[in-house]
Amino acid sequence: MKQIAIVSGKGGTGKTTLSSSLGILFKNTILADCDVDAANLNLMFNSKIIEKYDYYGGKKAVIDPKKCDGCGICKEVCRFEAVIYKNNIYKIDQYACEGCNACVISCPQKAIKLTESLSGNYYYSTSENKNIVHANLNPGEETSGGLVAEVRKLSIEKGKILKKEIILIDGAPGIGCPATSSITATYFVIIVTEPTSSGIHDLKRIIDTVKHFKRNFAIVINKYDINEEITNKIEEFCKTENIEILGKIPFDETVEEAILNTRPVVTYENSKAAKAIIEIYKKLLKIIKEEGKNYENSNSI
Amino acid sequence: MKIAILSGKGGTGKTTVSTNLAWVLSKITSVQLLDADVEEPNDHIFFDISFDHEESVDLLLPVVNNETCIRCGECSKNCQFGAISVFNSGTIVFENLCHGCGVCKMVCPVNAITEKSKSIGKVMLGTISKNLKFGMGILNIGEPSGVRIIRQLKKHIDNKAEVVIIDSQPGTSCPVVETLRNVDFAILVTEPTTFGLHDLSLAIELVKEMNIPSGIIINRDNSKTNIIDKFAEKENIPILMKIPFKKQIAKIYSEGNLFSKFLPEFQEKFLSVYKIIKGLIE
Repeated sequence: MKQIAIVSGKGGTGKTTLSSSLGILFKNTILADCDVDAANLNLMFNSKIIEKYDYYGGKKAVIDPKKCDGCGICKEVCRFEAVIYKNNIYKIDQYACEGCNACVISCPQKAIKLTESLSGNYYYSTSENKNIVHANLNPGEETSGGLVAEVRKLSIEKGKILKKEIILIDGAPGIGCPATSSITATYFVIIVTEPTSSGIHDLKRIIDTVKHFKRNFAIVINKYDINEEITNKIEEFCKTENIEILGKIPFDETVEEAILNTRPVVTYENSKAAKAIIEIYKKLLKIIKEEGKNYENSNSI
Repeated sequence: MKIAILSGKGGTGKTTVSTNLAWVLSKITSVQLLDADVEEPNDHIFFDISFDHEESVDLLLPVVNNETCIRCGECSKNCQFGAISVFNSGTIVFENLCHGCGVCKMVCPVNAITEKSKSIGKVMLGTISKNLKFGMGILNIGEPSGVRIIRQLKKHIDNKAEVVIIDSQPGTSCPVVETLRNVDFAILVTEPTTFGLHDLSLAIELVKEMNIPSGIIINRDNSKTNIIDKFAEKENIPILMKIPFKKQIAKIYSEGNLFSKFLPEFQEKFLSVYKIIKGLIE
């Protein structure tokens, strides 16, 4: 089983458009939506939830007001500014607390406890012949990287049972923990970018991030014709850096229509975008067949 | 007045709204624009900024003296992040997992742990014009979380500025929460698609939970659907403005320019967004 992750530093460049379409083209694949803050892949396939799991993320401290004698040591030891002193009462700011246990250990009255809370859920869903693992992080929660890891574990587990060849990972935007958790130990990373000043700026940061984790990768330029001057700049940059461009997808109003109808754009077979994505798919197949043997040890997280 | 600009979904136009709103408002009052999208900050691309201050954001990481260490295992037992492990040969710190909380140092019975600081990113401050000050945070490549950088950036909020605009990261997790703490209003930028709506609903859940009044700006608006309008009505959240789906606007953005500079009719619209917000929070 080979894991291919689709990421982008900047949000909204077309990760889900590309990954849902590749999900149609690769026949024997399972999809893993790792954008746990804003999961959209399951919407694209109108999938039904088959299994639901609870995700317990980080713990949070809670002060028992009956035991607290107001000494304030907890506030002194907390490095996350998570202890608030208001109206003569010490309280934990649940959003700021990282659950490190420093206050618990230091409290002379033993008035503080760490408690576990439900941070989100993750799901195994199916639609016709597609299998999707996706998740929901409760708004305001941290440890989204941990939830991404759960999504990936479940997708590997299901992929093995169903004898899938490919796991397609729709990654999280940015370069922080959810994004990096989406790419660790993958076989190949596709970076989707767009020809805007912000796009090119973010592209360089995500490339450095992917390089940091030593993954093999290539670039897709989406909506390449909205600014061909910047597209040229991206191509030149990739040439000097020796980075492969897997393909260029033209601006196509069909993409908007496809999203409105929650259908992967590749199902609009005659659209310009579908044709470009099919070319990308063919190139990917070639990479998997020809160079696959070079990256054998990438099957586990 | 502190206004955070957020969106559940990435790429809906937070940067477009933040930069244009800041620039338009700076013509009538004093404004500070803070880019808290520390993973991928972009606001600076749209301005000519003279930076005059830069500071590192540091984490305190433990350093174990393996000669003093008695391998008792208290540190690893108490660490909540699996960032320190004890072996016969010595105790090892996994720096990428460490939150820098200091618990290991606190519990070590033989004082074998000291701390060193490690930079995880930086905060930069500068000036765009007399009425428009700027600040941004940047997370170093490979670092997992920008929360601390956002926290440090927000310490530089200029209380003399009439309006502070804070551009957030996408999503609804911890960096967004840090951005939203103690703001007066949240502008939620969305696009009229199924995805935009889905992710907007998550962002609204978050601002409601945090008791922050909010309003919606619809970007890339078209006449094909009114799903956002219907949703806004149901949730009783005002729609502050609609930015039409126009190739010209996309082109101006792609070149790193402010579209309201080229299309002055939008300056009026951004000003009225400000007036609506003022009315809503007073």
